[in-house]
Amino acid sequence: MTTLPRNPFPVNWPARFGWLALAAYVVWAAAQLDFTWSRFVSGLDNAQRFLSRMFPPNFSGDKWEMIVKGLTESLEIAIIASAIGIIIALPIGLMSARNLSPVWISWPARLVIALCRSFHPVIVAIIFVKAVGFGAIAGIGALVIASIGFISKLFAEAIEEISLKQVEAVRASGASFFNVLTYGVLPQVFGRFLGFCTYQLDSNLRNSTMVGIVGAGGVGGTLFAAFQRFDYDFVLAILISIISLIFAGEILSNILRAVFLDNKTISGWFGKGTSTTTVAKRGEEE
Amino acid sequence: MSTPDATTAGMNAINREWRRFTFEQRFIRFAFYFIAVAALVMSLRHIEFIPEFLYDAPAQVQDFFARMWPMDTAYYGKSVHDALIETLNIATLGTLLSILLAVPVGMLAANNLVPFAPLNYFAKLILVSSRSVNSLVWALLFIAVFGPGALAGTLAIAFRSIGFVGKLFGEALEECQRGPIEALTAVGAPKASVFTKGYWPQVKPAFWSIALFRWDINVRESAVLGLVGAGGIGMAMDTAQNLFRWDQVAVVLLTIFVVVILAELIVTYIRKKVL
Repeated sequence: MTTLPRNPFPVNWPARFGWLALAAYVVWAAAQLDFTWSRFVSGLDNAQRFLSRMFPPNFSGDKWEMIVKGLTESLEIAIIASAIGIIIALPIGLMSARNLSPVWISWPARLVIALCRSFHPVIVAIIFVKAVGFGAIAGIGALVIASIGFISKLFAEAIEEISLKQVEAVRASGASFFNVLTYGVLPQVFGRFLGFCTYQLDSNLRNSTMVGIVGAGGVGGTLFAAFQRFDYDFVLAILISIISLIFAGEILSNILRAVFLDNKTISGWFGKGTSTTTVAKRGEEE
Repeated sequence: MSTPDATTAGMNAINREWRRFTFEQRFIRFAFYFIAVAALVMSLRHIEFIPEFLYDAPAQVQDFFARMWPMDTAYYGKSVHDALIETLNIATLGTLLSILLAVPVGMLAANNLVPFAPLNYFAKLILVSSRSVNSLVWALLFIAVFGPGALAGTLAIAFRSIGFVGKLFGEALEECQRGPIEALTAVGAPKASVFTKGYWPQVKPAFWSIALFRWDINVRESAVLGLVGAGGIGMAMDTAQNLFRWDQVAVVLLTIFVVVILAELIVTYIRKKVL
């Protein structure tokens, strides 16, 4: 018997140096940001006081009314912003798909998408607050911009992946450009488009609870005010309400996806469905 | 519920109309469309809307851009540059910390690695809560605990990212092939070796791509944390904005734009090169 061949798990020196460099960076960056152990320990002390002031959450009378008012406004902002965003994102996404549009259309469209995507909704909200004043309109504007960036980008990518055979077939039958779109292109991407839209509605709901921090309407303003007044039991109440709303939104978008993408029906949910595995799995989740 | 047109279609099979969906499927789809439109109409009617504010919006926007120009470029050297470095450090350290925290949670959430359902659901609950609370709200919470500054910002970024990294990492683990893992278990490898030699090589590409993607997102997110006092370039923007120095705000906005684009380019480059 010969001696064993080379080590099956050789030491990867470049990777080791990489980890070393990473560790050095962490130490340097932590020093730059002024992280110290004593600060951390004193923070833990604070955390205890903070948590004890948070419990129990304050859902009493007028506070609950404020939460409901704020959350309703957030929800409205999210719905309106998603609707407007989807309507604008459809043509922009189509325009920026490089397999359908000529370069002189797709380039400007891509630029618009890049611009919409590069700023955080809160920064866009600040600009809108300056332009249209405090209130829900500014929040809607900011989230419309965010929706356009997200949906058009993914929609364009989905269109670029379609099979051109069906498009050719529809075109060969003498269809106009819009007929090609509605019968050749859209059926292929409808499912994914719906997925992006429900995701964006979810994400707008999350962000709409936050744009209020800069005065753009919704429950965020109430939350920020509660923080500034050290009203921590009210803060916890607002947070619990926000998380429950987002949970509900997530369940709703799961149902939506089941109906539109897996062709689920009401009777399908109660055991008569054909693909029982997914039904059972979904039932467990809820 | 039976489909009413199925019986009639049986009687005159020649004139049978083919439909993609059954009556019930169509009904439930239209119910959803109806709910969506109704929700939109209700929102539009109920929302507080002050038209007077909109009338002068064009003038306001014009004024806004006029005040932004010319940019106060000296402001960059004075306070934006240091804040920018701080932002990048917050984003990077936050991402590293989140990976450290999210990997165990993701492992707990993976059903094939930890075949114990209650533990899986517990891990998933952690992941969902982390994602539901916005990074600005996490920042406010950590400011209440650690005081304003970069520490709160880093922790906010880390805690916000746990959900994202943990969810995707857990899903990648669940998609692992059984073969190598069974082979390792069959030769009697200890649990740790099964993970490092069986699971890890399979999830490694996904892991790095998740980490890079999250870093890219975190660069954007950490730019706004300063607005609530959690350090970084947002602080510089907040200061300038409170003084109505829009020419300085413009500098900050331009800096954020350039950095975000650069971060995206770097991530795409590394992805092409390494993965």
